[in-house]
Amino acid sequence: MFNCRTAWNKLAPLARASSTVCRQSGKREVSRHVRRPLFARRAQMSSRATGGGGEDKFYVLLVGAACAAGGVYVYYTVSGDKARYDERLAQISRRQHRQAEPSPAPTQAQQEVAADTALESTKEPTAVAVLEHRGTEPNQEVPEAEPSQEAPVSEPPPTEAPVSEPPPTEAPVSEPPPTEAPVSEPPPTEAPVSDPPPTEAPVSEPPPTEAPAPEPSITEPTVEGDSPKASEAVLKMPSPEAAEPAAAEVLTSAGRPEDVQLTEGTGVVSAGPSSLLGESASEPAPVSAPGPVDPALPEFPGHAPYLLIGGGTASFAAARSIRARDPGARVLIVTEEADLPYMRPPLSKELWFSDDPSVTETLRFKQWNGKERSIYFQPPSFYVSPSTLETVENGGVAVLTNRKVVHMDVRGSRVKLSDGAEISYDKCLIATGGVPRNLQVIERAGEEVKRRTTLFRKIEDFRALEKASRELKSVTVIGGGFLGSELACALGRRSTDLGLEVVQMFPEKGNMGKVLPEYLSNWTTEKVKKEGVTVLTDAVVKRVSFEDDKVQIKLKDGRVVKTDHIVAAVGLEPNVALARSAGLEVDSDFGGYRVNAELQARSNIWVAGDAACFYDIKLGRRRVEHHDHAVVSGRLAGENMTGAHKPYWHQSMFWSDLGPDVGYEAIGIVDSSLPTVGVFTKATAKDTPRAVTELSGTGIRSESETEAVAGVVAGAVAGAVSVSAGAPAPPTQQEENYGKGVIFYLRDKVVVGIVLWNVFNRMPIARKIIKDGEEHVDLNEVAKLFNIHED
Amino acid sequence: MSYCKQEGKDRIIFVTKEDHEAPSNAELVEDDPNDPYEDHGLILPNGDINWNCPCLGGMASGPCGQQFKEAFSCFHYSTEEVKGSECIEHFRNMQECMQKYPELYPQEDESDGATSGGADTAPAEPTGTDEASAPTSPTGDVTTTGTESAAAS
Repeated sequence: MFNCRTAWNKLAPLARASSTVCRQSGKREVSRHVRRPLFARRAQMSSRATGGGGEDKFYVLLVGAACAAGGVYVYYTVSGDKARYDERLAQISRRQHRQAEPSPAPTQAQQEVAADTALESTKEPTAVAVLEHRGTEPNQEVPEAEPSQEAPVSEPPPTEAPVSEPPPTEAPVSEPPPTEAPVSEPPPTEAPVSDPPPTEAPVSEPPPTEAPAPEPSITEPTVEGDSPKASEAVLKMPSPEAAEPAAAEVLTSAGRPEDVQLTEGTGVVSAGPSSLLGESASEPAPVSAPGPVDPALPEFPGHAPYLLIGGGTASFAAARSIRARDPGARVLIVTEEADLPYMRPPLSKELWFSDDPSVTETLRFKQWNGKERSIYFQPPSFYVSPSTLETVENGGVAVLTNRKVVHMDVRGSRVKLSDGAEISYDKCLIATGGVPRNLQVIERAGEEVKRRTTLFRKIEDFRALEKASRELKSVTVIGGGFLGSELACALGRRSTDLGLEVVQMFPEKGNMGKVLPEYLSNWTTEKVKKEGVTVLTDAVVKRVSFEDDKVQIKLKDGRVVKTDHIVAAVGLEPNVALARSAGLEVDSDFGGYRVNAELQARSNIWVAGDAACFYDIKLGRRRVEHHDHAVVSGRLAGENMTGAHKPYWHQSMFWSDLGPDVGYEAIGIVDSSLPTVGVFTKATAKDTPRAVTELSGTGIRSESETEAVAGVVAGAVAGAVSVSAGAPAPPTQQEENYGKGVIFYLRDKVVVGIVLWNVFNRMPIARKIIKDGEEHVDLNEVAKLFNIHED
Repeated sequence: MSYCKQEGKDRIIFVTKEDHEAPSNAELVEDDPNDPYEDHGLILPNGDINWNCPCLGGMASGPCGQQFKEAFSCFHYSTEEVKGSECIEHFRNMQECMQKYPELYPQEDESDGATSGGADTAPAEPTGTDEASAPTSPTGDVTTTGTESAAAS
């Protein structure tokens, strides 16, 4: 009613207008016919509904209706909005409930199936329930039965083996030793946490009892059945609520002990978890159930929180660093070699100076001061056995020898060994080092030559060469760098005693030609010759053959060398075999895996040592093949693996001894193509490597350096650590001009490398200068900091 | 009298002792004691023990690492008049553990050699105070254990 009225009010003027027109026309007519002006009024009362003619009425009615309808619509829309909103929300929550419900149900059903199949088969599939916590939905996966049996289990929705639930709260790692199954299935390891359960991946995983939420680093994988099995450390965070109700259901329905995972062979189990479950009552340690249980321990764990690939210096340094920083850490080193981690420098230095005839067996060397040590970093008792790695209290370092890692699955965080076994990891270090390069001419030279060639790197190479040196008449070293020169000097020293001819040949002009400036390189070559070595410079090998019972080396310039044995020391090829499978980048300039300044290649993957091409914040991208670098980078990688996030900062050093009378230490980029400035004085008998080691009581120079570093107050650069002078030894010959000194290597006027020539225990100062990266106007002033005239 | 020569791109300077007697005027950048990247010695800037210090060798990472850490921490934070006097138990545990691995922790004549060996393995540590409980061990002992593992550092 009122709407009509309001509408009418609005339309009144219109009506009036129209009615006026009509009226006027009507009026004319009327006035024509009737003269009654009084009745015709101008203004028409708007209240009069029937203002005008029929047309008006219709018009008004139409418009009015439209407006009314619009008004009604708006009203209802506004008032209905709230209701719709509430309804929508209700819909959504209803949907969620619906989803949660069905899953336990199928689980239940499937679990029955699994139980059945479990009973049936003799070899059990192992069901591993990996519960992942994902939002509201528990995600369960189950191991697939092995290829041989169990078809049924392979349903898309994973069936769950309840017992495997790791309890959310504690993780008593104390599991009964995993039962070993003869039946071990093919490897499959479970993709740990994240991904959609690989349905088909077999996996017989014993449920890992995981330290529940928190520590990924300390996850204690459950014991594995067999090498192939990888346990999922992943388990980690099962959502307690989801797990328990689900588990409860399963448990109750199952009723049978067996359903739990059990896998026949693998048995492992986790008596632990089951007891932890709230409802555990019904669930007996499933493991115990059926099937033959093999009490033997697995040879090595299927999961390692810290996996170090490669068993050399970098790997060992990382292991030590991890253990120091992460108490109770469990570290697994996998190495291709048969030996425990050992250090390489003595293989070309100290071991050759030893008087002990059984040195090749014991690998012990006497240092100048009489102290003896082994080249092994630690004796075997330091390490724990791989089979007990997961269970030993306080963790430890285990070394798995004679195993090569052939494939790396980064997405699944696991590696595969050459025998097919798989190991999953949380954090991985690649420290695969490198393989000695060979000359193409030797590769093509035939079996006889290759049998008489040593590519020197490992202990067995040392043994072979040592034997050769005693039995043969002539040995030729090809290569004039660190290794070649050191070996030539070492062999040369024995040459007179053994009646051995030692020849060294290389394309450069002098020993260490790529490292030392020419004048020093020449000086060094003279020293090497004095050690009894026949040095052939500018020697490029053209052809090698075996004739007349001798190896014949023909050089490009026509010279021919006849020898019995060749030692090739022509460089190292970094081992990047895993780059392809792991999808890791390889550097094209320097070789090796490309890593960032924190030595990280990918999340949870680090690379250290010879194989790492890393970014040095001070000196740029580089790859370093020295012992101390392996130690420093290994240690840094270990720190970063335990959360340190530190870049490569502490500059590593290197050293070389060319016999007991000439030695130098160096740091940074030491490349002879750079401009150099050398500051020298004359050497006395006190300034030799022998004297230094006697005084400091250490045989390995980097050792004395690091011990000194520990004590050096940061910034006390001027106070060079001076070793107290010992009794003066008989004076050496004074013919050399370059007795003691410091050589600075410059790049754009900044010192990027320093060689300390017969000057020892000054490395901290050198390190400081490189760290500063300043442009020094007068390098003589900088040289003063080293106090080269003092001991 | 120093002199200098140039061989191509390489410059060579010969100096006598007198030449280098005057103190250097080379400027070095001030070290930041709180530099997060820098390796610290045995004691970190915040007073904690740096278990990863090369000076400790393998003491903190070996089989007896846990016991060693406990004993040494106790000693380090000890505020007793006789420093470390309340830590006897820890040191005893450590020693027992070490005796199980004679290869790793060679026992010298003094039975406490290994004990103080651990604490003293930071030979250059300027603030190293002697433990009252253990006699100062011969440095030989220390260096033996030290060198064995420090060599890797």
